[in-house]
Amino acid sequence: MKAVSVEEAVAMIPTGASIMIGGFMGVGTPERLLDEVVRQKKSNLTIISNDAATPGKGVGKLFDAALVSRLTATHIGLNPKAQQQMLTNQVAIDLIPQGTFAERIRAGGCGLGGVLTPTGVGTLVAEGKRQIEVDGKPYLLETALRAQFALVHAFLADYLGNLAYALTSRNFNPVMAMAADTVIVTAEHIVPVGVIAPDHVMTPAPLVDYLITNSNG
Amino acid sequence: MDAQEIIARRVAQELRPGNLVNLGIGIPTLVSNYVSPDLKVFFQSENGLIGTGPIPEQGLEHPLLTDAGGRPISALPGASTFDSAMSFGLIRGGHVDVTVLGGLQVDAHGLLANWMIPGKMVPGMGGAMDLVSGAKRVIVAMQHAAKGKSKIVERCNLPLTSSRPVSLVVTDLAVIGFPDGKATLLETAPGIGVGEVLAVTEAELVVGGTVPEMKI
Repeated sequence: MKAVSVEEAVAMIPTGASIMIGGFMGVGTPERLLDEVVRQKKSNLTIISNDAATPGKGVGKLFDAALVSRLTATHIGLNPKAQQQMLTNQVAIDLIPQGTFAERIRAGGCGLGGVLTPTGVGTLVAEGKRQIEVDGKPYLLETALRAQFALVHAFLADYLGNLAYALTSRNFNPVMAMAADTVIVTAEHIVPVGVIAPDHVMTPAPLVDYLITNSNG
Repeated sequence: MDAQEIIARRVAQELRPGNLVNLGIGIPTLVSNYVSPDLKVFFQSENGLIGTGPIPEQGLEHPLLTDAGGRPISALPGASTFDSAMSFGLIRGGHVDVTVLGGLQVDAHGLLANWMIPGKMVPGMGGAMDLVSGAKRVIVAMQHAAKGKSKIVERCNLPLTSSRPVSLVVTDLAVIGFPDGKATLLETAPGIGVGEVLAVTEAELVVGGTVPEMKI
């Protein structure tokens, strides 16, 4: 793990990159990283995040700045800008069930080709997918999801990169921290090694590549 | 009593002590207002919490403690938090006893459509498909009709949420179940006759003997 400034971290992300972003309606989203992505105008992005939040918040900022060309999400109903960009074909949006979204990312981080889920059988979601019967019950084969980058927000990070999350801001952060080539983390508090007890570490340090320093300098 | 209160009060009667319950947005959210704390029902918020409590007083909100719509909530003593893979493992894995969801249409066999109106409303399904596929009991809480059109239809013409039928539908006029896979009138709302319900319901309802009124 390397500690870097938010400017250095975002400079590593190329235009057109695929990026997983933690958070649920902007809660548990690394806002400082997204502000910097907007400032450096990284465009043509493929975003994987649960939702499009709302304008001005979380992933919504990327739609405000029209930086997204592709989005995989579960719900965009509370962001009129994202819906508008979908309807005018500025953004290609793939909407998938939330449990399937979580499991596809988990599979991507755990070396699995995909998962079998009953969710979506017999609905529009099943179109173009393989249906497999196990013990007489039908399941859809949902393939693994990975990205070049994961932008993760933790509550606590220690100097090695061990992470702990708080309350409902955990959401997709731990699974995304396993499913990207490069994992960049912001944390509310950066603490000495040992402050997060081994039993309370939710994302082990070796998964984290870069931790954004909390200094203003 | 207004339509929403009738529905919420009647759905609340379906919850049993110790149940793990997931409430959708809209009318389902109101159900918790009519559940006694003595029942010790656990409410799940699918963004990663079991043990949701009331909306906190202004100024006492915590920015990292929200419901699935991103609004501030509180956590009761004994609450637990977890990531989204665990949250949907609970849902798909049959660990959630009851889910209460809103609906756009329910058909004569109990199939639900509640996530999309092609060309008009395409917000995404969020957790709805997983909840209907995986919860032990699925209860739909909705108005019986919208703009004069029955929401209990012979066959859904909107995209389905799941190929698994729901367990129960509670509306402002009736309680409808699906024994033998057929929509069956189980109860009517206070002061509403069986004939009135049948007259405003598109789907054919099975009526077996005397239909009791809701006791709410």
